Amino acid sequence: MTAAVELRNISKSFGETQTLRDVSLSIRPGEFISLVGPSGCGKSTLLRILAGLAPQSSGTISIDGAEVDYLPPSARDIAMVFQSYALYPHMTVGQNIATPLRMRQLPAPARLPVIGRIWPGQSAKRARIEQTVIEAARLVEIEAMLDRKPAALSGGQRQRVALARAIVRRPRVFLMDEPLSNLDARLRVTMRAEIAALHQRLGATFIYVTHDQVEAMTMSDRVAVMMGGEIVQCAAPTELYDNPRDLRVARFVGSPEIATISSDELIAANEGFATLLPHTPVIAAFRPETVSLVPVAGHLEISATLQRVEQLGHEILVFLRLAGGARLTVRAAAANVTLPAAGQRLSVWLPRRTPMLFDADGARIFRARHGEPAHAG
Amino acid sequence: MPADLTQSSGMVRPVRMGAIMSPWIAYCLATPAILLLALTVIGPIIVMIALSFTNYEFGSLGIQWTGLENYRQLLDDRTFKRALWNTFAYVAMVAPASVLLGLFLAVLIDGLRHGQRFYRLVFFLPVTATVVAMAMVWKYLLHGTIGPFNLLLQSLGLPSLDIFGNRDLALAGLAAINIWSLAGFNMVLFAAGLTGVPEDIYDAAAMDGMESSLDRFLNVTLPLLGPTMLFVVVTSTITAFKVFDTVAVITRGGPRGSTDILLYTTYLEGFSYFRMGSAAAMTVVFLTIMMIFAWIQARVLDHKVHY
Repeated sequence: MTAAVELRNISKSFGETQTLRDVSLSIRPGEFISLVGPSGCGKSTLLRILAGLAPQSSGTISIDGAEVDYLPPSARDIAMVFQSYALYPHMTVGQNIATPLRMRQLPAPARLPVIGRIWPGQSAKRARIEQTVIEAARLVEIEAMLDRKPAALSGGQRQRVALARAIVRRPRVFLMDEPLSNLDARLRVTMRAEIAALHQRLGATFIYVTHDQVEAMTMSDRVAVMMGGEIVQCAAPTELYDNPRDLRVARFVGSPEIATISSDELIAANEGFATLLPHTPVIAAFRPETVSLVPVAGHLEISATLQRVEQLGHEILVFLRLAGGARLTVRAAAANVTLPAAGQRLSVWLPRRTPMLFDADGARIFRARHGEPAHAG
Repeated sequence: MPADLTQSSGMVRPVRMGAIMSPWIAYCLATPAILLLALTVIGPIIVMIALSFTNYEFGSLGIQWTGLENYRQLLDDRTFKRALWNTFAYVAMVAPASVLLGLFLAVLIDGLRHGQRFYRLVFFLPVTATVVAMAMVWKYLLHGTIGPFNLLLQSLGLPSLDIFGNRDLALAGLAAINIWSLAGFNMVLFAAGLTGVPEDIYDAAAMDGMESSLDRFLNVTLPLLGPTMLFVVVTSTITAFKVFDTVAVITRGGPRGSTDILLYTTYLEGFSYFRMGSAAAMTVVFLTIMMIFAWIQARVLDHKVHY
């Protein structure tokens, strides 16, 4: 059970402020797509619009080709997992998971709190619901806790209950709104793997909202980076990392942040860059692993001041400052590196090829021909 | 020089207060509170219970131990039994109606886009008003001949109703006044409870298929208001049991004893007929009823509403 989701020109304004500007996105059936961006970029609003919890100001949403704009949330065949888990605190885990089925399959009187229990003719349905609940609970390994109340569970267990409640009716599309942000770092890593595995098993379309780029990069087939109410770039994680179309995307993806140096300063640091860069002022960007602390044949040497070193065990991060004030970060294997003390000068080597270039507005500059100096093309 | 202080052997090392404070000091510190409680609450109750076993009358010099005589007389006292019955009938009207009306108003106002504060204020006003003054207003409003309520009935061609002059209606009339003032108070409590219900839960409920507001109310709002509900039911019941001022101002127990309620009867017994022993016995009965109610509500409802 899976479905394609199509967002066409979705806009949303709250009074004067425009939260979403003309967002369009095609999501393939069974895809795991992440919406990622800093807080306030509109990613959660977009998810709520998709769920039907908030109306869009304009634009259409279709699921498997059918427009769902006027359908209430429960009729869209979508399940959602919330950051706060949003479990019903007065119900047991089992009742929580059963709620979506109870609301759909039982007639109105049988859903009432007290009378519902003795309403006749529902025992077959109830048994079937109970069976489905147990299966869903087993999928996320909480079948031993079905009789407990949410208050008696840990954060990770509560999130599993929320997942089970979403799984239980086998929707075609899952929406997840920062489901892991309330968990501690270690648990987040485990749950990351489990959600990815769950996606594999269910085969449904997953739309996952997060502000954590690591989460987005590790789990998704594609990542949509949102900034200021727009999707700046939507691509596979490696494409996003290697080939960002916007400086904001380049900065947002990857840790430590990509280093940016103006073309003038780069040429001042080493004349050899002059042939590689266009004549107009641009911004060059270097990922930390492209910079070398040891001489490499054919690389260009530049001089910098050592600011700070971070030891990560298997590798180190070296933070540098160029003479012109620009910052540069180097990622290197921890072994075989001897570094001077902080404040001392040292040389690093940059590849002799045109780096990623961005114009003053942050838009990526693609050269006409690959491998050619920019000003020549 | 602080370093020297810690090194010199004769000096007391800095220790946390709690570690060296003797129980004696703790009792000393608690004494004012204990005294206050004993003098203003526990003492009077003990004196009252003791008086209920005597024939003490206000102003009389002698006092005699009569054992259970006062209580035995209460059993035969038709006025007292009628007052007891009236009180229960009154509570049965006021407590559920004021709780339900308060809940209804709170949910209704909570759903408003604009004017929430205005409506809360309006419905809360009766709580801030002086009951005696309000009772006078109500007495005029519902007056059998000059009251606007009756003029309205007459203008509609209906027979006039003298509510406080009618044996069957007087108690209900008093109950209506109390419901009117108590509902606003309960509304504010429920409103506070409603703000404690996270918005996310309603989103989850919408995803789970609770489309109708009735489904949402019964499955989410009402259960989550459980703790508030317990508190509101207990306080409303106790407030209703303690009704006195409206009776004293409007009906004085009439017509023909139909609004005789427990506290008013006790008041007459003690301060009009000066039979303090008998009044004390009535008060003990009143106190026992209140304790039983509070206990039942706390015990029975407690494990059902907490999660």
